[in-house]
Amino acid sequence: MSGASLRRHLTSRVMTVLIVVLSFTAVLALVLILGNLLVKGASSLDWAFFTKSPVPAGQSGGGVANAIAGTILIVGLAGLIGVPVGVGAGMYLAEYGGGRLGFVVRFVADVLNGTPSIVIGIVGWTFIVKPSGGFSALAGSIALAILMIPMLARTTEEMVRLVPHSLREAALALGYPRWRTSLKVVARTALGGIVTGCLVGIARVAGETAPLLFTALGNLNFTTSVTQPMQTLSLQIYVYATGPFDEWHRLAWASALVLMGLVLVISLTARWVTRARYGRIR
Amino acid sequence: MRGIDRSDRIYRRVLTFFALALPALILVMLGVLLVDALPALRRFGPSFLWTSTWDPVAEVYGAAPMIFGTLASSLLALLLAVPLALSVAIFLTEFSPRWLRQPVAFLVELLAAIPSVVYGTWGIFVLIPFLRSYVVPPLKALLGWTPFLQGVFYGNSLLAGGIILAIMIVPYIAAVSREVLLAVPTSQREAALAMGATRWEAVRTAVLPYGRAGLIGAVILGLGRALGETMAVTMVIGNRHDIGVSVLQPAYTMAAAIANEFSEATTGMYQSALVEVGLILFVLTVVVNAIARILIWRVARGAAVGSKAL
Amino acid sequence: MKPTRFLALAALLGAAVPAAAQVQLNGAGATFPNIIYSDWMLTYNQAHSDVKLNYQSIGSGGGIRQFSDGTVDFGASDVPMTDSAIAAIKGDVLHIPTVLGAVVAAYTLPEVSQALRFTPDVLADIFLGKITNWSDARLASINPGVKLPTQDIIVVHRSDGSGTTFVWTDYLSKVSPEWLQKVGRGTSVNWPVGLGGRGNEGVASTVRQTPGAIGYVELGYALINKMPFGTVRNSSGNWITPSLESVTAAAAGAMKDMGPNTDFRVSITNSAGPRAYPAASFTWLLVHKTYADSAKARALVQFIWWAETAGQAKAPQLGYAPLPQELRPWIQARLKTVAAGGRAVWKAE
Repeated sequence: MSGASLRRHLTSRVMTVLIVVLSFTAVLALVLILGNLLVKGASSLDWAFFTKSPVPAGQSGGGVANAIAGTILIVGLAGLIGVPVGVGAGMYLAEYGGGRLGFVVRFVADVLNGTPSIVIGIVGWTFIVKPSGGFSALAGSIALAILMIPMLARTTEEMVRLVPHSLREAALALGYPRWRTSLKVVARTALGGIVTGCLVGIARVAGETAPLLFTALGNLNFTTSVTQPMQTLSLQIYVYATGPFDEWHRLAWASALVLMGLVLVISLTARWVTRARYGRIR
Repeated sequence: MRGIDRSDRIYRRVLTFFALALPALILVMLGVLLVDALPALRRFGPSFLWTSTWDPVAEVYGAAPMIFGTLASSLLALLLAVPLALSVAIFLTEFSPRWLRQPVAFLVELLAAIPSVVYGTWGIFVLIPFLRSYVVPPLKALLGWTPFLQGVFYGNSLLAGGIILAIMIVPYIAAVSREVLLAVPTSQREAALAMGATRWEAVRTAVLPYGRAGLIGAVILGLGRALGETMAVTMVIGNRHDIGVSVLQPAYTMAAAIANEFSEATTGMYQSALVEVGLILFVLTVVVNAIARILIWRVARGAAVGSKAL
Repeated sequence: MKPTRFLALAALLGAAVPAAAQVQLNGAGATFPNIIYSDWMLTYNQAHSDVKLNYQSIGSGGGIRQFSDGTVDFGASDVPMTDSAIAAIKGDVLHIPTVLGAVVAAYTLPEVSQALRFTPDVLADIFLGKITNWSDARLASINPGVKLPTQDIIVVHRSDGSGTTFVWTDYLSKVSPEWLQKVGRGTSVNWPVGLGGRGNEGVASTVRQTPGAIGYVELGYALINKMPFGTVRNSSGNWITPSLESVTAAAAGAMKDMGPNTDFRVSITNSAGPRAYPAASFTWLLVHKTYADSAKARALVQFIWWAETAGQAKAPQLGYAPLPQELRPWIQARLKTVAAGGRAVWKAE
């Protein structure tokens, strides 16, 4: 092999190794973070952790029952609000979205998708909390729903567009009205993808903190009232991790582990749904 | 026939109603931001963007340190994230054995699922002590003469913020880059290989240039995400209204300042100034994301738009 | 499928409607008294299960703001509302003092085992950024016999609107003309140097984790986290270690400024008195004079009175000083004026 050729092959080798190393650095970062979560958080996961509410600042014991319940409630309510609107908007875009309104809605969805969630928090406080005279879980859910809706609109549209035209045309040819075709044939075929999109959206808002700072505020007590402030795992982690007490730090790690576990379970469910329907994913 | 027409019309009306929620939302959002920011906009005008004093006692507000911190931390994040993310994308499309592709892709995507506040917790208790003990001393020994590493390491600093942001945006840049590279026709690669290029040369001369616009778009998308990050940043960046070139010093970003100060801005002008910061942040991220989208759309058309990254 | 969905929705809404007899009170504000407030509130709830008190420590600035905007039932602050702030809400506020506390200079210097001494001018210059190293000659001269390490001083201050900041900057303004001119006093100031932490909690946390750091926190935070804090020379020239006694002494000096008609908005920083700690302060609960909901108002007033009587015993062990007894009848008189629907809500327990 000539000198130049050797150099080229060496360069190729070196670059390949570099790329592999850098790729695995990215994977390593993930392993490190999840590993830390597990190591620092797992030992605090006891019965008291899951069933008790917080004790006064600086004292030991207590748990995050109020935060776990709050996360489920607020995220659940956000889903109840966000899923119909988001999926509905997405269906609109897929079925009737060719015209001017469709263009505007699509553009707005893209803009909202990139909006920092803290800005949504400002809007939530100004538009909901202040006029209604109080922080509330409902305000928090609405803020999270605002985050979810544009996300779901785009993924729903995307999934519905994947349904082959032939299916739609066959149904219409058989005499199905447009609305029935859209719902029972097209949407049903795309259902797996739509559900995946919803689950991914829910997983994402379950981890959100910023929009809840000025809407749900947080609550020391266990409560299920949506018109009262409520605690979530994300808010709890923020307060505890930035606090000085060792006890708080311990609980912060454990809560982070639980939250990550929740997000993971929802994400994996989303992937499993798609896998079952479509086989190999991208 | 009539009944079916009516059902069709009702269906369309219901869907349109849901779709209208989006423009309604953005109108409300812009309305709130503009109305509440108006007092500050009127009082400070364009000088708000370059005034570096943030003094609630004297009621003089300038967003320059926050804008600087936002851009500096995001740029630092890009510097660190782009090599990693592009490597992942190239690895997955060019070099990876088939059986490794799914697991690696899944693991990298998982980085995007970690909540911001969890990143912040990891940053406070793991990253910063690690930087303080093992990274900053050798860095200072080597490069301490440069203006970027001057001064004492505060722990909570621009450096910590940049590193955390970098890890957070890697999955987004990687996912979209991968879509872009997958959209490059195999004929390009094969032609280069047929002409005797090494594997790396094929990538460098045939694949990357073809997808260049899309890759730049992916990077800008990562920038867009970094600009808006709040929780992880506010937990590690030091929360100081200051402009400094040294990454060892504390800094502030627009999002972090809003998170810390909004619910306690005691005077109308203070709150108005913060809302104006929110407005600036909003406009900035919209513009950056729009640029990213245009670039990506040109190369990868439909595929990348639906990816989980967006 | 449809009926089940409706049932699920109804069940969710049913869970969302609060139980009739329960009163939920929400308050937000100062982080300074968070240690004792969270203790009081959770203890009170154990004895009175129908009253749930939620307190979010977001800083005095936040307390004043949210209280003024009507988003919380009561606020909490270590800095009294200004006249203009009170006028903005048409005077609908009562400042009810609850405990006394000290703002201490806590630091992290593992190599130094003795408690360090600070003079007012040295403290001011540290926070002004003029003294930047622990081995500085001025620090050494007031701490004879202590081996000070050659370590950078890392100042930690508040990043949020803080009454603790107000007390600290008020004190520094009184003892350092340069501080007064350059920075001034306020809940949020233009700090010359340093890192920002969120709440007393954040400052304590950052100081603990940063070698060479110094920050200002309420005494209780320093005590619980076993952080060393400085002995300060007061206006009489005595070296005072922050403690219950020195805080009580600081308040004693202010008593002559208050009478039965006081609105309690009194500053006790740098107070005269040989044993007084100079950076001490009252902390107040902000309560409306009129409420729309009489059950809530009554529950709130009863809780506060419990805190002013039985609750005071908890203060010393948590790092705060109880209020001077002379204030109690005046506070009771003020609480008795809280009304809902035109009628006072006070009811003896």
